[in-house]
Amino acid sequence: MKISVNSEPREIAGATLADALDELGFPGAALATALNGAFVPRADRGATLLKEGDRLEVLAPMQGG
Amino acid sequence: MRVYDVDLTSRLLLGTAQYPSPAILTEAIRVSGCEVVTVSLRRETADGSGAGFWDTLSETGARILPNTAGCHSVQEAVTTAHMAREVFGTNWIKLEVIGHGDSLQPDVFGLVEAARILCAEGFAVFPYTTDDLVVGDKLIAAGCEVLMPWGAPIGSGQGLRNPDALRSMRAHFPDTPLIVDAGIGRPSDACQAMELGMDAVLLNTAVAKAGNPVTMARAMADAINAGRAGWDAGPMERRDMAVPSTPVLGLAGLT
Repeated sequence: MKISVNSEPREIAGATLADALDELGFPGAALATALNGAFVPRADRGATLLKEGDRLEVLAPMQGG
Repeated sequence: MRVYDVDLTSRLLLGTAQYPSPAILTEAIRVSGCEVVTVSLRRETADGSGAGFWDTLSETGARILPNTAGCHSVQEAVTTAHMAREVFGTNWIKLEVIGHGDSLQPDVFGLVEAARILCAEGFAVFPYTTDDLVVGDKLIAAGCEVLMPWGAPIGSGQGLRNPDALRSMRAHFPDTPLIVDAGIGRPSDACQAMELGMDAVLLNTAVAKAGNPVTMARAMADAINAGRAGWDAGPMERRDMAVPSTPVLGLAGLT
């Protein structure tokens, strides 16, 4: 299915958010996820089903003031 | 200084953005003795730039204060706080709800609302606010135990635009830690904030964009210590006229 990952269109095979993260292959473990604007805790990623057109945000620690 | 049941020795909090290199950032933290650094959450890249930054930060041993920079709504700020708590493993949050794109002035109405939500959820909220006393009262009523008034717009380096307002805050909130956040440009600005009785200073650009960030980090720490000592010592009152410091008594009659 087609979803948006950090505003980039991506084709995802996995059914859950956890599957999608594995598939996308982000190298770090320090990641937080939000689906369609709502925070999805790490513990819920395996049970969170994705659907066509979902907007996934994958955030990581960055420099900040 | 005690904030949210944590004792801090250093009264300098540093932002981690815009340094010429990770090594310079690390060295600036080390030489300044800074114990708290601010960080953000941004979109992870395919090459894992966030993961690399996280490793750099962890090595400094500094306590992490994640921010909600760039959030313009209560919903964005609260969601960002939730995400930051999971990634950074801390309930500390520097709460920014920006109300104006050019001045980056806080939306104090959204700020109070977001603070109320996050404090109720157990966050230790560090609100980036204006120097308005009524807003400060409402933030404290919402559960904030620290206030972070601006000195000048973020990244402007203008110094303290309204020192009288900060003096009023000190008088109005004698027992609340006050951290000047934003607008500091030079060590003298940081020193002035401390002489006004502020408890600490949070700054970023003034160090990161200095010609020599490491030397400037040390200068800021020294200025903050000097200003704090000045406040503790109780400065003399200004006088309108000269008063001789050398005794007049015993002055020779040489005319």
